[in-house]
Amino acid sequence: MTTQESPRSHAIDMSSVLRGVGDHEPQQTCIEVKNLNLFYGTKQALHGINMSMPKKRVTAYIGPSGCGKSTLLRCINRMNDLVDSARIEGEILVNGENIYDKSVNVAALRRQVGMVFQKPNPFPKSIFENVAYGLRIQGINDKRTLEETVEKALRGAALWDEMKDRLNDNALGMSGGQQQRLVIARAIAIEPEVLLLDEPASALDPISTLKVEELINELKEKYTIVIVTHNMQQAARVSDYTAFMYMGELIEMGNTSELFTNPKKKQTEDYITGRYG
Amino acid sequence: MDNSKIGHHISEQFNKELEDIRNKVLTMGGLVEQQIELAVKAFTTGDIEIAEQVIKQDNLVDAFEMAIDQECTQILALRQPTAFDLRLLLTVIKIINELEIVGDLAERIAKMSIHLSSTEGKRDNYYEVQHMAELVKDMLHRALDVFARMSIENITDITGLDENVDREYSSIIRQLITQMMEDPRNITRTLDVLWTVRALERIGDHACYICEHLIYMIKGEAVRHLTQEELEKKVKGA
Repeated sequence: MTTQESPRSHAIDMSSVLRGVGDHEPQQTCIEVKNLNLFYGTKQALHGINMSMPKKRVTAYIGPSGCGKSTLLRCINRMNDLVDSARIEGEILVNGENIYDKSVNVAALRRQVGMVFQKPNPFPKSIFENVAYGLRIQGINDKRTLEETVEKALRGAALWDEMKDRLNDNALGMSGGQQQRLVIARAIAIEPEVLLLDEPASALDPISTLKVEELINELKEKYTIVIVTHNMQQAARVSDYTAFMYMGELIEMGNTSELFTNPKKKQTEDYITGRYG
Repeated sequence: MDNSKIGHHISEQFNKELEDIRNKVLTMGGLVEQQIELAVKAFTTGDIEIAEQVIKQDNLVDAFEMAIDQECTQILALRQPTAFDLRLLLTVIKIINELEIVGDLAERIAKMSIHLSSTEGKRDNYYEVQHMAELVKDMLHRALDVFARMSIENITDITGLDENVDREYSSIIRQLITQMMEDPRNITRTLDVLWTVRALERIGDHACYICEHLIYMIKGEAVRHLTQEELEKKVKGA
């Protein structure tokens, strides 16, 4: 470190070297949450949430149980409409349109914003019919269209090679990991823009979990993905952006690589390092 | 010792593991400081016994490095640490590497002093070498102190000292060159002294590297390869 020897200035622009660590490109916003409050009866579950989620990127919500992350996720395709006591203030824009506007057709919204739950929930039908279901209820019954779409969706969910000879078997006979990927195939068969994943791998074994994670990585080329997970390492592995929530508030959101190495807020740090505050 | 940064995990076992690693690093640091001290003493007094002790003890420094390295690897694999915990472990892995190199440099000084005592006719007290050794020992000691306290408040004072070390180094080199030109019979002896002050100068550098690693650990910002002014700006920007 002899200072006389070399002036330590950067001859190379470091930003070009560091690119690829985290997401530095400016992103187009797909989902924007604006000042969102949600009440279950008199209890406020979400407090003034503001965040934007970029297109074709994976955003993960992490936080302790009851922090509101699933609630927030469910707001994005209006699943909370099904809860009688739930009341919402604020806006969520998907591609610039407020989904809580009176003119919005909820069924159409859910075609655009698909959802996969913690426990795989295939219908008690054949594998083929499970994936074709979304198309059939849209009135599409042309055999060739259905076959093509089912194959494409199963390929997209990395299931085709395993399942192509068993398309007429009952879906309930598949393993948990396969069922979860089948449900993802069903969700992408109708070509949504956004995929909401609520703990998609928490009921799966490590290998199936890795397959689902691998799948998420492939799916983000086409879809905007929002994932809720309790598994922080999973959030770190699959997401580009991570939002940490606590007690119904968004504490911190940022590039996943930064949030996990150098979080800005102490609450985030305490949570991800496993400390009590 | 303040362990608020290390403690408070829900897993008490994890607290213990981190605490244990920290203590081992500090013990290793103390050992390396002692090695420098003894090596320089051997050099200035010509005491071969002390020099041999330093050479022998370097194995212990190496053993410390390997043991701490392994413990860090274990924690990384088993606990997948994040944020400060992750930075702490990464920093420890780097610090022990620096300390191991400093240990080797002390060993080199010890070897030089054995060589010197066999070639030399006239004894010298090597006041300049002693003074430079004091400087770099102080830097290393203070750097380790920062690690113990986990506060980087005055850390740029330490890196700032490197300029003094470098100045001292240049001035000794000039002196040695003069001696060599005056009488070529001095060359063998002078080379030993030269290698020794070079080793001391390097120790100062490694103390600075340790400081840089510590800034990363505390602030989460990589600050290597900066000038002293840039470094001060970064640390003050806290």
